[in-house]
Amino acid sequence: MVSRAAVPGESPGADGDLRLERVTKRFGSFTAVDDISLSIPQGSFFALLGASGCGKTTTLRMVSGLEDPTQGRIYLGQREVTDLKPYKRPVNTVFQNYALFPHLDIFENVAFGLRRRGVKDVRGQVEQMLELVELGHLARRKPAQLSGGQQQRVAVARALINQPQVLLLDEPLGALDLKLRRQMQIELKRIQTEVGLTFVHVTHDQEEAMTMADTIAVMNAGRIEQLGSPAQLYENPASTFVANFLGQSNLISGEVTGKDGDVITLDAQGRRLTLPVARARVEAGRIIAGVRPEKVSLALDESAIPAGHNVLTGGVVSDASFIGVSTQYLVKMPWGPEVGCEEMSVFEQNTGREIHRPGTPVLLHWHPAQTFGLDGSQDLDAGADLDDEAAA
Amino acid sequence: MSAQTANLGVPPAPAAAAESEPPRRRRRNHLPYLLLAPTLLWLVVFFVVPIFTSVSASVQEGSLDQGYALTWRWANFADGWNQYNGQFGRSLLFAFLCTVFCLLMGYPLAYFIAFKGGRWKTLLMALVIVPSFTSFLIRTIAWKTILSDNGVIVHALSSLHILGFTSAIGFTVGNHVLASPAAVVCGMVYNFLPFTVLPLYTSLEKIDPRLHEAGADLYCSPLATWRRVTLPLSMPGVVGGTLLTFIPAVGDYVNAQLLGNPNTIVIGQSIEHEFLQDSTGYPIASALSVILMAATLAIVLVYVKKAGTEDLL
Amino acid sequence: MSAASSSPLSGPRTAAAPAAEPRTAAGRRGRGPVEWIRAHVLATTSVLVFVFLLAPNVVMFVMSFNAPIGRYNYIWHQFSADAWRHPCAVGDICQHMGLSLEIGVVAMIGSTVLGTMAAFAMSRHRFRARPMVNTLLFLPMAAPEIIMGATLLTLFFTTIGSGSMGFWTIVIGHIMFCLSYVVVTVKSRLAGMDPTLENAAQDLYATPLQTFMKVTLPLVAPGIMAAALLSFALSVDDYIVTKYTAGDQITFPLYVYGAVQRSVPTQIDVIGSMMMLVTMTGIMAMLVVSRVRARRR
Repeated sequence: MVSRAAVPGESPGADGDLRLERVTKRFGSFTAVDDISLSIPQGSFFALLGASGCGKTTTLRMVSGLEDPTQGRIYLGQREVTDLKPYKRPVNTVFQNYALFPHLDIFENVAFGLRRRGVKDVRGQVEQMLELVELGHLARRKPAQLSGGQQQRVAVARALINQPQVLLLDEPLGALDLKLRRQMQIELKRIQTEVGLTFVHVTHDQEEAMTMADTIAVMNAGRIEQLGSPAQLYENPASTFVANFLGQSNLISGEVTGKDGDVITLDAQGRRLTLPVARARVEAGRIIAGVRPEKVSLALDESAIPAGHNVLTGGVVSDASFIGVSTQYLVKMPWGPEVGCEEMSVFEQNTGREIHRPGTPVLLHWHPAQTFGLDGSQDLDAGADLDDEAAA
Repeated sequence: MSAQTANLGVPPAPAAAAESEPPRRRRRNHLPYLLLAPTLLWLVVFFVVPIFTSVSASVQEGSLDQGYALTWRWANFADGWNQYNGQFGRSLLFAFLCTVFCLLMGYPLAYFIAFKGGRWKTLLMALVIVPSFTSFLIRTIAWKTILSDNGVIVHALSSLHILGFTSAIGFTVGNHVLASPAAVVCGMVYNFLPFTVLPLYTSLEKIDPRLHEAGADLYCSPLATWRRVTLPLSMPGVVGGTLLTFIPAVGDYVNAQLLGNPNTIVIGQSIEHEFLQDSTGYPIASALSVILMAATLAIVLVYVKKAGTEDLL
Repeated sequence: MSAASSSPLSGPRTAAAPAAEPRTAAGRRGRGPVEWIRAHVLATTSVLVFVFLLAPNVVMFVMSFNAPIGRYNYIWHQFSADAWRHPCAVGDICQHMGLSLEIGVVAMIGSTVLGTMAAFAMSRHRFRARPMVNTLLFLPMAAPEIIMGATLLTLFFTTIGSGSMGFWTIVIGHIMFCLSYVVVTVKSRLAGMDPTLENAAQDLYATPLQTFMKVTLPLVAPGIMAAALLSFALSVDDYIVTKYTAGDQITFPLYVYGAVQRSVPTQIDVIGSMMMLVTMTGIMAMLVVSRVRARRR
C-alpha cells in the first residue's frame, strides 16, 4: 500500500540507504518511539511529520547517535551504526535552534567538524562552503551578530561541509518568519538537489513537509501512521489521523450496504454515498467516508447537481469567509458528532460564483471518485485538534 | 498499525525474534560520583563531622591543662544557657533588626536598579558589590570615624534632639552614637546589605516591566501595582535576601566588638571568650555553639515553611 | 550613543531636573523641592542607600591621607601621604597581608577546582543521591560562620591539637565555606548554557574530551572565573572562621581586628584603599571591554 517507487532511482538495500529496524525508545515508562521500521533511500528528501511529542525528534536523535535506542537496530547501507558514538557517525544535524557555538565566529563554526577530523585545507573548504550559502563576507562575525536566516544558513553549512551520508534537519525553519521560511524551503531543496545527499527532515508543518519532501512519514504517538509521497498522503489518507492532520477532511461514518464491481455503496444516516473500491480501506461493515473541502460544491436545489454525484442534504451555511482565491464555507449538518463532522468545510474556487450568506440552506455534492473510505472503528477527530498547534 | 509499518519496505522480522531481543543494557555512569567525591568528602569531613565533634565536646568535662573527658555532662547546656541567655537574646534581636533594616533599605535600591537602572544596571550593581571587595574590618573601622562624637552624624542627630529619644529607649548612650546598640545594628546593616540586595535584584530583574503597565491598565495605582504584582513576584528574592542576611547576622560579633560596648555583647563574643580565653571553657563554648546552631536552624526552618506556603505577609 | 551616555542615569524619570519640566502653569504648580523629592522617592532613597553603602570606602580613602594624633587613626588631623609612601612601615602588616593573599590563592584554586567538578556533576547528571547532595552543598551557606569556625576548632583540637593549627587548617576552613559558593556560581552558568551545543559538537565529530575542551569549558569559563574571584575575595576577607583555625598564624583580618585594641595605624586604611582601587580598576576594565565588544557588533 505504501510504495517506495515514489522515490526515483532507488534499489532495495542500496549502499547509502538509511534503515531503521524495529526501533523502540523508552524513557522510563514512557514509550517515545514504538517499534518503527523505515528505509530511506540514498539521495532522497525524507520528512518525518507529526505534532510535538509524537517521537519524530527522538527518532532523529537516534539516527544521529545522540540517543540510544532501547531496542532495534539502525543501518547506514550495510553497516550497523546502532552503537556508534555520535562523533563517529557519518551523519550531521542541523539543530532546531541552530546550536551555533556562540564563542566561535562563523568561520570557526563551519570549520569545527573538519578540524575535529583533522582534515587538511580547512580554509579553502570553509570559504567555498560559505560562498555556497552566500555568507563569505560574514566569516569573522559571531553568531549573535547574524539574523535568523543567516544563522540558519551557517547551521546548514556547518553540517554540510562534512559531506555526511545523511543530513538530519530538526525543525530547521521553526524559528523563522513565514516569508523567510518559504525562501529557505526553496533554498534547502535546491542545496539537496545540488549535493544529492539524503536529507531527513523533522517538522510539524505539513505544508513545509509537502513542499520539500519526496516521501513523508506521518508520525503519531511513537508510531508511523502512514508513509508515502505528499500526493498519496493527501489523496489517500490511511487513517482519520492522517486525514485530519494533513489538511482538512470532511468525515462521515456509515455502514457498507453493497459492492458493485469497483464501487462500494454505503449508508450514512439514510443517505446513500458511493466510492471507488480502490480508495476504500474496508469493504464491509462500518466505514468512514471522507472528502477534502475543495472537492465539494454547494448547490441550492437538486436540479443543479450532476447525475451520479454524492449528495448530502439538510446543510445550512453557518460561516462564509471570502479569502480571495476561494470562499471557505462552514456548513452545519443535521447530525451529531458521533455521525460525522457537525460542520463540513467547503472551499469553492472564486470563479465568479455566487457567495452564499450564512443561514442559507444548501446541498453538498461531489464526484464519488473524490471520496475515500477509512476503517470505521477509528476516532473521527483523531489528529484534528493537533492541526491548530501544528499550524502555529 | 504495526502490520502497516512492517510493510514499509523492510522485510518484517519474525515477531518472536524481535520480542526475544533483550532491551539494551544501560551503562551505569559513575562519572557524577567521581566528580562529586572530593567536594562531598571535604564537606563531610570538615563540615558535618565537626558538628558531631562539637556535640560530643559539649558534654565533656575538664580543662586545657588536664585534658577533656567525655562524661556526658548535659549540665554544660544548662550552665551555658543560664550564663549567656541575655547574649542569645541580644544576638537574635540585633539580627532581626538588621534584617528588617536591610529589607527596608535594600528593596527600594534593588527595585530602582532593576527597573530604572536602564543600561547602567551592571554598573550600579557593581557599585553595590564594590565595597565588599575591601576588607570589611577596615570599613567597619571607618564607621568609627563617621559616627565619632565630633562627626557630622552625631552633630545632626543631637541638634535634632533625636539622640535624646534614642538614649531614652536605650539605643544610644548619652550624647554618643558609637559604643551603643544603634552603632552595632548600623554596622551590621552596612555589612549585610549587599547580601539582601543581590537576591532581591535577581528576582526583581526577572519581572517583565510591562507587568507594571498591565497593572496600571487594570486600574492599579503604582503602589497597588507593587503590592499586587511586583511584591508577590519578588517574594523568592525577599525570602532569599532575608535568609542570607539573618543567618550570618546571628553569628556575627565583629560589629558588636568594634562598634559596641560591654552592654552589647552578643553570643559570638561569648563563644569566642569561652573557647579562646577560658582554659576550662571548651565544653561550655561547644554547648553554646550547639544551642546557637539549633536555634538558627529552627528559626530558618519555621521561616522557610511559612514563606513556602505564602503566609509570610 | 554619545548623547545618551552623557546623562548618568538613562531613565528620563530619574534624570529629569525640575527645570527641565514643561513650563506651563499647570506643570509649575506646587513644584518646590519637597514636591520634587516626593515625585522621586525611589531615586532619592536609592541615592541615600548608595551614600550609606559607599561612605565608609570614601572615609577609608580620605583617612589613608591622615596624619593622626596618637595611635588611633579615627579623627581627621592633617594631610599626609606618609602612609602611602611607606605602606609596610608598621609592624609586620605586609607580612600579614602576604599570608592572607597566599591563603586566598590556595583556597581559591582548591575550592574552584573541587566546586567546578561538583557543579558539573550536579547540573549534567541525574542520580539518586542528588537531593541529599544538594542539601549538603547548600548547608554551609546557611550556617552562621561562627558555627563553622567553632565546630572546626573542636575537630582540629581533638584530632591534631591546637599546636599544629596554622596555614593548612585555615586553608581547609576557607575551601570548606567557599565550595558552596563556587558550586552555585558555576552551576547557574551551566544552567544557562544551551545543552544542544554539546550535542552539536558531538555531532560534528568532537569526542567527549574535545567537546568539553572546545565548547563546554570556553562557555562556562566566565562562571568559573567569577567563582574563583568570589572565593578569593571571601578567603582574603574572612575573619571569623580564620580566627578559630589559625593557631598562631596572623592573617591580615586577624591583624586588623587585634589592632583595634592597641592602635589603628594609617597604613591599614592605605592597604584597604589599595584593595579597593585594584578591584575597581578591574571592574572598570571589564565593563569597558564588554562595552567595546558590544559596540563592535
